[in-house]
Parts: sequence; C-alpha cells; structure tokens
Amino acid sequence: METPEVTIRIGGEAGMGLESSGVGFSQALVRGGLHVFGLPDYHSRIRGGHNFFTVRIARRPLYSHTEPVHLLLALDQETVRRHIGAVVPGGAVVYDEKDGLPDIPRRPDVQYFPIPLSKRAEETGGSAIMRNTLVFAVAAGLIGFDPTYIESVARDNFARKGQAVVDANLRVIEAGVEASRPFQADFPFRMEAVPGAPRRLLLNGNQAFAMGALAGGCRFVAGYPMTPGSPVLEWMAAHAAEYGVVTIQVEDEIAALCMAIGAGYAGVRAMAPTSGGGFSLMVEALGLAGMTEVPVVVYEAQRPGPSTGLATRTEQGDLLFVLHASQGEFPRIVLAPGTVEQAFEAGWRAFNFAERYQTPVIVLSDHYLATSVRDVAPEDLNFDAVVIDRGELLTEAELENLEGEYKRHRFTESGISPRAIPGHPKAVYASSSDEHDEYGHIEENAENRRRMHEKRMRKLEAARAEMRLPTVYGSDDASLTFVGWGSTYGPLREVVDRLNEQGLRARMLHFTDIWPVPEGVERLLTGETVAVEGNYSGQFANLLRMATGHTVSRRILKWDGRPISPEYILRNTEYGIRNA
Amino acid sequence: MVTVDDFASPVRPTWCTGCGNFAIWNAVKRALAQVGLAPHQVMLVSGIGCGSKLPDYTHANGYMTLHGRTVPVATGVRLANHGLRVICTHGDGDAYAEGLGHMLHAARRNIGLVDIIQDNRIYGLTKGQYSPTSDRGRVSKTSPWGSFELPVNPIALALAAGATFVARSWSGDLNHLTETIVRALGHRGYALIDVFQPCVTFNRQNSYDYYRPRVYNLQDDPTYDVTDKMAAFAKALEWGDRIPIGVFYQVEDRPAYEEQVPALRAGPLAPRPLEKLTPEQVRRLLEEAM
Repeated sequence: METPEVTIRIGGEAGMGLESSGVGFSQALVRGGLHVFGLPDYHSRIRGGHNFFTVRIARRPLYSHTEPVHLLLALDQETVRRHIGAVVPGGAVVYDEKDGLPDIPRRPDVQYFPIPLSKRAEETGGSAIMRNTLVFAVAAGLIGFDPTYIESVARDNFARKGQAVVDANLRVIEAGVEASRPFQADFPFRMEAVPGAPRRLLLNGNQAFAMGALAGGCRFVAGYPMTPGSPVLEWMAAHAAEYGVVTIQVEDEIAALCMAIGAGYAGVRAMAPTSGGGFSLMVEALGLAGMTEVPVVVYEAQRPGPSTGLATRTEQGDLLFVLHASQGEFPRIVLAPGTVEQAFEAGWRAFNFAERYQTPVIVLSDHYLATSVRDVAPEDLNFDAVVIDRGELLTEAELENLEGEYKRHRFTESGISPRAIPGHPKAVYASSSDEHDEYGHIEENAENRRRMHEKRMRKLEAARAEMRLPTVYGSDDASLTFVGWGSTYGPLREVVDRLNEQGLRARMLHFTDIWPVPEGVERLLTGETVAVEGNYSGQFANLLRMATGHTVSRRILKWDGRPISPEYILRNTEYGIRNA
Repeated sequence: MVTVDDFASPVRPTWCTGCGNFAIWNAVKRALAQVGLAPHQVMLVSGIGCGSKLPDYTHANGYMTLHGRTVPVATGVRLANHGLRVICTHGDGDAYAEGLGHMLHAARRNIGLVDIIQDNRIYGLTKGQYSPTSDRGRVSKTSPWGSFELPVNPIALALAAGATFVARSWSGDLNHLTETIVRALGHRGYALIDVFQPCVTFNRQNSYDYYRPRVYNLQDDPTYDVTDKMAAFAKALEWGDRIPIGVFYQVEDRPAYEEQVPALRAGPLAPRPLEKLTPEQVRRLLEEAM
C-alpha cells in the first residue's frame, strides 16, 4: 500500500551515531526522489542517555515534523519504552533479536520485527557499531525503497576512509535489506523511490544560513563553540580557504563580537555566530557597533534558557532580549528566518542591512531550525537573487575627491553617513564609543549629543520601510489567523493546510522581519488571531501589542524545550495555552 | 617623508600637566615617523581610560572601543586588513583587569599587534582606585585597608603565554620609549610593551622620582640575550630597588597568526573587491548538499 507519508524514528544512546546516520539516510531518500523532514533529538552528553532521530518522508514537499511514527527502529529497549506510544496502529518496531524485549508490554495493534542487528553488522561489516547503517537498510527494505541510494550515500560519505570501509558498509546495507525480507509483506506502509526525479539538496538551517552569508559576501567569522550556533563557524571554516574567508575560534564570545566589529570597522563583512549564552557575553559589544556605526552581523541560534538551560533543545525565548540588549538606545535590525530557504536569504540580506544602515543586525534562529534537515530544490536557494549592496560606501574616486577633513559621522537627513574604509590618506579618522562629533572626536556638548543620537536613531525609520510584511499563507477569507515567527513556519503551514482541508478557513502570518516591525502590519491583524511561539510569555505577541496595539485572541505557547508540532498547535487551537 | 607633525590633531589632550601619557603619545608619533608609517597606514586602537584617549589626540586611523576589549577589536582590524599596522594603546585596568584574558590569547596567537600598555598602576579616570598593577597594600578609596592582592606581572605572564616580543619602557625616557616602539613595529607577531606611566594626580608613589633611580636598561648589558626565555623570566621577576626596562625577549622564528591564515595569503582582505559567487562556485556549493 503506497501511503501519503511515512515517519521513521531511530532511537538509541548517544555515541551510536544516530544523527549522522539519520542524516545520511535522509540524504539517500532525497536522492531517491522523495521529500524529507529530519529532526534530531539528543542530550547534552557524549555517551549514554537517549537520543533519537526522526525522518518524515513523503512524495510532496514537507515543512515540518509530525508526531505519529510508522516505523520505530530501536537500537535499545529504552527506545521502545519511550516511543511505542507514538507508533500508529499497523506500524512496526524493529529491535535487536539479541536484546529481545523482555520487560516491555506489547501493543496488540503494533507489529514487532526481531532482527539480529548487532550480529549481522558484526558478521558483514566487522563491527556491531555499524548496526545503525544496517537498521536503516532494514527500513528501506520494509518501505520498499531502493537501497542503491543508500549505497551511493555510503560511497560518498566513507570514500575518504578508504575502499575497505566503503565495502564494509555496502555489505552491511545488503545484509540489512536481506534481513527485512521476512517482514516486508507484513509492513503496510510503502514509500518507493521516484527514479529520475530532479536532484534536490538536503540542508539544515545552520548550513543554509552559512551558505547565504557566504554568498552575501561574509568574509570574516569569529566564534566560540556553543550549541547550536557554532556549526556556522565550522561550516565557514570548512569553506574558508576556498572562498577567502577568515575564520577564527576565539577565547570567548566577547572577543568574537569585538573581533567581528574590528573587521567590520576595517571594511570586511563580518559576523559572530552563537547561541543565547554567547550572545549574553556579546551585549556590551553590540552597543559599541551601534554607537560607532559599524556594520556587523550576529547569528543567534536560540536554545532554552535561562543560563545553561537545555543545551541541545529548542526555544524562542530570546526575542525581546536581543531586541533590547545593551545599554542605551541604538538602531538594530532583527531577522528570524523560518525555513531553509529563508535562512539562506537572511544570510545575505543581513549583511546588506548591516552595511546600508551601518549598524548591527541580528539573525535569530533556534535549535529546531538550525539542526533539522529538509530537502529543497537547487533553485529554492536563489543565488541569482543575491545582491551585495554595500550602501553608502565611498569609492576610491569619491575618496580622492574628498575636500577637507573627512567626517565619518556626518549629519545627514537619512542618518546614514557616507563611510570610508580606513586606509585612504584622504579619509583618516578615529571613531569613539564615547559620544562623538561628526569627525568621531569625543564630544560631550548637549546639542551635539542630541543631534548625533537623533541621526543614529533616524536610520531605524529608513530601515522600517524596507522590512518585509509577514508571509500570508492559507485561506483568503480566513476567520482564524495564526501569527508566528522564525522556526514555527513549517508546523504552522501544516496546520493551516490541514484545517483548510477540513473546510475551515485558516491562514497564517509568518514574520521573518521582526525589528523594526514592518509598516502596515496592523491591517493584517484581523479576526481571531492566535499567536504560536516557543516560549512562556508570548514575546512576539507582546511586541506586536507594543508596536501595533493589537492584542491577539489566544496564545499557543511551549517551553518544554521540544519543538512545536502541528498536532500540538491543533490540540490547543480552540482554547490556547494562555489567553492574551 | 612622514614627520611627527603629520600626526598633529586639532584636539588638545585633557591629560594633567606632567602626565606620563604625553611621553607615550610623543613616542608613538616619533616612532611612526621614524619607520615611515603615515597616518592612513596605521590604526590606533584603544579602550577606555585616560590613556585610551590617545587616538583622539592623534591624526591617524583610530578606534576608541570598550574598556578591556582593545585587543580583540584590534585583532579583528588586523585580520581584516593586515596592510594596516595596528597599535593598541590602553591602560593597565584595560589591559590587565578586564582585558587580561585577551592579552594572554593574543600572545599565544602571535597576532601582529603592537600592544602598548600605559601602566600608571592606578585608575585615573575614575579617580584613584587601586589597579591590577598596584603594589600589595596600596591604600585607595576601594582598598581602605590596603589592597590584599599581589600585582600582576605582565612581563612574566606574556612570556608564559608565548609572546614573541616582550618589553618594558617608561615615560621618563622618551628616547628609550621611542626606540622600543620602533623595534616593536619591526616585529612580525604580537609585541607587548608595558610602559611605566607616572600619574601625577592619583599615584604619588610611583612617580618620576620613584622610577628614575630604579630603572636600568637590559640592553646596556651586551651579554643579555633577548632570545633566552629563561633569562627573560629571571629578569621579569626582578623588582624593587632595581627594575629592568628594555626588551626582555624577542624571537622572530614564529610566524604571526595572520601569516598562517589561508585566506590571507593573497594579501589583505579589506581592499579586495566584494563580488557575488561565480556560477562555478555556486554549483560546487549545491553539489555538496546533494
């Protein structure tokens, strides 16, 4: 029976390589012409604990994970205990014959497939550790997916380890498919490959953002390791030599943003990727960039706080923090992409905003967007649309023609002062974190302060006109409007689709451009509005009330560190988690 | 030809008459003129404090940043444009209190900065609190019982962190100060110069008269070997009636950080034109994810 979709979940302990093999399997599915949404779930530890990876598979594009599981691949008994409730009737559990399932009550509506996973992995691959590869081949066999796509991924992934390793993996894959044969007829959910489908990419939000930043001219990245933001530094380091990017791992996030600001001051597009804890350390430097009008980008992949919080989990709890971080007032721009495509776009847009408005730009991501993988078409990452707009940057000829002493912070109507990159004899200047005059010299005069502060703040008004209105998706005459931002795009979209299929009139407003709040938002906030956010208080709903006066009807919130699923939204749509 | 006058700024210093910062300011300008670096070829990065106002009083590229963050900002500037000679001028509070971690990491990184610390061993701009280099027992408004901490030893710390150029000078000897900065400007990696800078208002103990009979120049001894790290450590610990100044340690065999960064082999980053990725580059990026 060909089904509209299949969700496969693999579970086990940390150190079993679930995420990497899960991503590899997802890659194989995409090569086989299928659409996927892959979601890792792991603890902040290197060994032990319980980790799992879930991949949802369909023949139509997917934007979100969902809760039901069709096939559970259990590398340990704990996986069965924890996830058996998610398995749909008629679904199956694959477990290692060696371990059995001695103490676990069996569901009568679920099938149990004992397979000698460790034994066969050891016999064919030489190590029981390869049973993650083996069990995915079992899964392929059960859903009727052509294993040659798994083989092709194994070949690519293990090529650098030598032919012997590649061969071992190929033998393990073959053994896995073989082991699935006795159960194939019993497993009702099929998802065969689509031969000859156009090639698609598999990316997570971190990778897409990094790619967009590189395309947008980012040439300096400074960071300190912190989940889930630092893979951006790693991605950039892997591409640094080829694309001429300076990457540096520094002593702390204070240094990271200070270095990025130094590089931005010197004329290079620079960023500091981090998570909320690291951003907390960057707060003072953010104000330095605002005061001295230095373009710089901060990528903040949120995780649940406060403090260390839940290091490997997700939340949207830093919105109002990044909006207000650092003493005093200065213009800043905040973007919150919700999909791989939007993360790519935010990558290059952020640098244009930073240079055009000569101020810090923060891109807010979160663990869910940063780490979940999705397939997109090559044209979905629109490299042709990438623009590198450096704003009012003085050209060599303009610098040559400068008369008199250069004014770095010249009073202008727009608030934007034409910028010279240091190094030209006609534009020698020193700017200061102290309040300064047009030249950058320290100046305490009240009138100068008033004018200089106004000049900086005016830039925000110009930027506001450029901020995009939210994506409107769903029914044209909706009676119910979901309001979301950032990574809830996918789950919301799925919810809107399902409700509209049921004949309800629902739509969503999804914001990527958060601050300054785009002009004209008020007009869209009509009817019954439900804010959906991964935090306790409904920070975006509060921001909207501050900016527009609109109070949402209800709030669906979540703060347990786990991503918001479409089912969670649907369960709470009627009453919300909290009324506004 | 570059002259000292090229660095003249319309802004007059607000330092007290007799402040040790005047000598440091003059020595920086003299050293730059001597090595032929024009105002647009350098970047003076400072933090916050009396001494950190130096770039404001100097016609040269500059950036007055945050207290304690002089070195990371300067590192970013240097990596973005190593065609600029980047010089840090900041005080002992900036460099050894809030910024001490950055100093040690800059030293082990061997980033090409000349790091001049205006070490007056007191907080001046905030009016007289004891500093990280104040002697133990120093009585100040925040240490009414005398400070309990030992002073930091910047020379020994920099050596331990792997600095490739470690020197000390003082504001009472403009020629020595200038020579030391000139020598640091010729160094390929990180160069620390700790400068005794008398504060005539808040530190009457460590005055010109205190230092003058005590300091002696290491380079007056022709047998002193600046490449001998153990000798440098021994001199770093010498303190009291005789205090060594001069270059404690200098080696040129370690490449600067920026010399090792693959992206910088083609020259400084900032002046390069910024262009969109080529279709071939885009193709390769997409291919990776398929």
